[in-house]
Amino acid sequence: MQKLLRFLKPYRKEMILGPFFKLLEAIFELIVPVVMAKIIDHGIAQQDAVYVGKMCGLIVLLGICGLCFALTCQYFAAKCAFGYGTDLRKALYQHMNTLSETEIDHLGTSTLINRITNDVTASQSGVNMFIRLASRAPFLVLGAIIMTLVIDAQLALIFLLIAPLAAFVLYHVMNKTIPLYTQNQKKLDGIARHTGENLDGVRVIRAFARQKRETEQFQDECAALEQRMITAGRISAILNPVTFVIMNLGIVAVLWFGGIHVNTGKLSQGDLTAFTNYMTQILLAMIALANLIVILTKAQASSLRVAEVLEIQSSMKDGSEQVEIPEQGEILAFSHVSFAYDHSGSNALTDIDFCLHKGQTLGIIGGTGSGKSTLAALISRSYDASEGEIRVFGKPIQNYKLKTLHQKISIVPQKSVLMTGTIKENLLWSDPDIPDASLQKALATAQADFVQSLSYGINTHLVQGGKNLSGGQKQRLTIARALAGNPAILILDDSMSALDYATDARLRNALKQNYSDMTKIIISQRATSLLHADLILVLDDGLCVGAGTHENLLQTCEIYQEIYHSQMQSGA
Amino acid sequence: MKKIILRILNYAKPYRHYLILTILCTFIGISLSLLVPVLIGQAVDDAVAAGQVNFDGLKKTAFLLSGLILISGMFQFLENLCINRLAFGTVKDLRTELTAKLETMPISYIDSHARGDLIARVISDIEILSDGLLQGFAQLFTGIVTILGTLIFMLGINLKITLLVVLMTPLSLIVASQITRLSHNAFQQQSKLRGDIGALTEELVGNQKLVKAFAYEERAEARFSEINSALGKAGRKATFFSSMSNPTTRFVNGLIYAAVGTFGALGTIGTISWIGAMSVGKLASFLAYANQYTKPFNEISGVVAELQNAISCAQRVFEILDAESEPDDSQYEILTSCQGNLEFHDVNFSYLPEKPLIQHFNMKAKSGQKIAIVGKTGCGKSTIINLLLRFYEIQSGEILIDGQSSAKFTRDSLRHQFGMVLQETWIFTGTVAENIAYGKPDASPEEIEQAARAAHAHSFIKRLPHGYDTMISDHSGLSQGQKQLLCIARIMLTNPPMLILDEATSSIDLRTEHRIQKAFEKLMQGKTSFIIAHRLSTIQNADWILVMENGHILEQGTHAQLMKQGGFYAELYQSQFAG
Repeated sequence: MQKLLRFLKPYRKEMILGPFFKLLEAIFELIVPVVMAKIIDHGIAQQDAVYVGKMCGLIVLLGICGLCFALTCQYFAAKCAFGYGTDLRKALYQHMNTLSETEIDHLGTSTLINRITNDVTASQSGVNMFIRLASRAPFLVLGAIIMTLVIDAQLALIFLLIAPLAAFVLYHVMNKTIPLYTQNQKKLDGIARHTGENLDGVRVIRAFARQKRETEQFQDECAALEQRMITAGRISAILNPVTFVIMNLGIVAVLWFGGIHVNTGKLSQGDLTAFTNYMTQILLAMIALANLIVILTKAQASSLRVAEVLEIQSSMKDGSEQVEIPEQGEILAFSHVSFAYDHSGSNALTDIDFCLHKGQTLGIIGGTGSGKSTLAALISRSYDASEGEIRVFGKPIQNYKLKTLHQKISIVPQKSVLMTGTIKENLLWSDPDIPDASLQKALATAQADFVQSLSYGINTHLVQGGKNLSGGQKQRLTIARALAGNPAILILDDSMSALDYATDARLRNALKQNYSDMTKIIISQRATSLLHADLILVLDDGLCVGAGTHENLLQTCEIYQEIYHSQMQSGA
Repeated sequence: MKKIILRILNYAKPYRHYLILTILCTFIGISLSLLVPVLIGQAVDDAVAAGQVNFDGLKKTAFLLSGLILISGMFQFLENLCINRLAFGTVKDLRTELTAKLETMPISYIDSHARGDLIARVISDIEILSDGLLQGFAQLFTGIVTILGTLIFMLGINLKITLLVVLMTPLSLIVASQITRLSHNAFQQQSKLRGDIGALTEELVGNQKLVKAFAYEERAEARFSEINSALGKAGRKATFFSSMSNPTTRFVNGLIYAAVGTFGALGTIGTISWIGAMSVGKLASFLAYANQYTKPFNEISGVVAELQNAISCAQRVFEILDAESEPDDSQYEILTSCQGNLEFHDVNFSYLPEKPLIQHFNMKAKSGQKIAIVGKTGCGKSTIINLLLRFYEIQSGEILIDGQSSAKFTRDSLRHQFGMVLQETWIFTGTVAENIAYGKPDASPEEIEQAARAAHAHSFIKRLPHGYDTMISDHSGLSQGQKQLLCIARIMLTNPPMLILDEATSSIDLRTEHRIQKAFEKLMQGKTSFIIAHRLSTIQNADWILVMENGHILEQGTHAQLMKQGGFYAELYQSQFAG
């Protein structure tokens, strides 16, 4: 929480002046019933029209001043809250960018997105409402009580009794309904999920002719939700009537005991009117206060979640050296590398050992969960090895500045993800200054000729995630994007799966010809994609069970044989 | 607009007694609560000055007042309860009908509508409808009763000052509408920017690994920052403008209050004699009424906006309800069993009339044969599935099952004869057992386990935390291959005579793929199978091969025939071995 306070610091002035002006408005508002009482007691009793006129002018004047003060406060509140929210959101995003993949995996991206959008907004509106209401509502309550104490201390005891009672009821009802509403929301989310599943699986559902059962299930879910909503609604239905009854019975008490005091001359008729007015004012302020408490509770929970992210520090130490790519020789070397993911007991990779020279191609094959993608992630230093040493371009990988390292090692992930924007903008991701010729070369190599046939060519706009492209087209573009930056090491992490065999082969050929200096690491499920690699690693459950060329492995590695034959001629 | 409101009211019909009760309770509750200020005024008049207090009168009034308050509070409570029942019941019926309707919609409708949009209609549109329309109506009704009631009471006290109040009413309306207009634009801009920043965050944070891999952090921050500052500005504006409304209406109410007080006092004194005199108590209750009278006006602009919003949501819901369902086929024949002889006879089909896709297609598959469908990704293999299972209807020609047109059977009974395992697996939230038994909900645990064993899924299911009772969903961490094994187990359990299988291209580990392959082989024994084939062995073993590209059927024949033809298939086949 303390961490977030520093984001409020630049708005200290607004934080103080906002509530101050609100306070002024509240004071003026409290004076109005007094003036009205004066009109009744003095103006009417003395038949003094001039006095009535004067007092009327005073009320209007008080109103105008109150309005100005209130608007000033609202302005300060908005300025402070949105300044705070904007700064916080920016800082949070910057902070997320410093986290390593270990932390991001741990938190999960949907959590991060939620924190940066919903939680920051909730925290922001908490600040806004705090400035606007935190001074007004309690002050009105306190002020009204003080004013009544001044007029008639004994009668004011009623207020001291009624106000806490109303506050208790308000708080209690809200406290009870909020968890119920959260539960209802969960039920509703359940129906949303079910609807989504039904849309996704519409073909399977129809194929099994299960429409009727699904319909019945929806019926049950909707009915269950209805019941819950009625239950929650019943509790909140009490709120308004009960506060109405409490406050008005309070007024009855004021009238009765007030009547006694009027009879003894302790109280005037006008004062009695003022008393009833204050009672109404307290009620309204109480409701505002209860709302404020709800908003602040929510805002506090959100703020805590935001602070939690801000407190997480990256577990990865950045290096300081710039990357220098050697003319020839060793580019990448793993020596006895083992790796376990955070919090998982077993190794994802065990004792991996190999060495790769400039321009060579490394093939990695193995089943899901065998550790192929983990190996790729270690090469781009998304994680640090638990044991052993990884050397890139002749030096330990930890020596380099991460940013420069990432510029020289490009990975094409399994899932092809493109960003909203034009194709060109996507290709320029690694560096905005790539010349057009390089882009064309990258596109040609990635077999992405289809770009030319699009109506806007390279400037064609992609909707989110490149939804307007086929899977194969997306894959080719992600490969072109990695090539465009002309990295020293290119990692294709099973990223040609949506390509047919012919395109796959053409792409590999083009890669060899157009980027002969580039060291390539190809991860694939297809043995055919790796036939010509200089070195093939066969992974099984994190262990390297075979290393060598295709011909070697066919002779020595049983798992490789199994893979190869099952894909080539099994059953023939 | 009127039509829509009437239609919504039609949905409320089963709950009309609650509607009537609501109106009744509102009327009683508010009328009684409006009497409160009169009685308060009376009580004040009973306490004029020292020694001049009428305690008998005061006592009577106090008792009356207490009773009134309690009864009014009770009716207000009842009113809330009735509204709840009315609103939630209507919503339940509407939502149930909508989800039921979705189950009957043609697949083409679901294919052509965005998933998120349909879900939004089922969930948020109906929520807004219930909040806005029913509670909006309640508020409107309460408002009208309050305004009329306070007017009557004020008229009863003093005609002239009432006129004064009425004349001042437009002032608060104008102020409210001006502020709404001012803030409306800013709010629109704010919600657009909020959407923008949500989309950008989703994209950037959702692909944080990519951002890091391309060292894109700084540019990402710059893009984020740009929208973020714009959002900050727009938000500040919108919030400030909308927060003007409270103080401003308070001010206008204050003016009315002052006017009533002043003129009331001047009238009583006799300075402005045509107003007429009234007692201090009357003046007090008049002041209270004036306060209550202005309140609904301040709320009206909000209620109108809410109602409009609700009506546009209702419109979106009715759009689906009014769309055409699949034609009713309950009168058609029921296909109880078949041998699996399948024939396409001069079939023509296209999704869009102007883009012919499948033309004059003929093919025969005998019982137990394997048909391989070959082609690049996106070549239109799903079209064949769509036609076989009648997810889409052919435009002309016939698909014959054991010599009988498939169009004469009910869709459900026809589909029962097919088993389908697609690469895009479908796992719903539920236990493993429920997922396997999807096609046969009454299957015994033994049957389920048997099917799982046959599908080579038993071993991994055993290792799940609660075995067959483990809750799973599409995102619960099962691998793609494991999900596919579960889908195969589903078909093992129903054991239909015809199959449609989609071979995996990738992302399945080799051992699992091997298992799937074996499971497929077991499944296919003695069944007519359509296989979307990616592996050579499958293709070579097929009895018949369909080669597709861009949705068209390019070539068909046996492996030997197609190789001899030297066409697209031959090229595709040879490219497999090109290094």
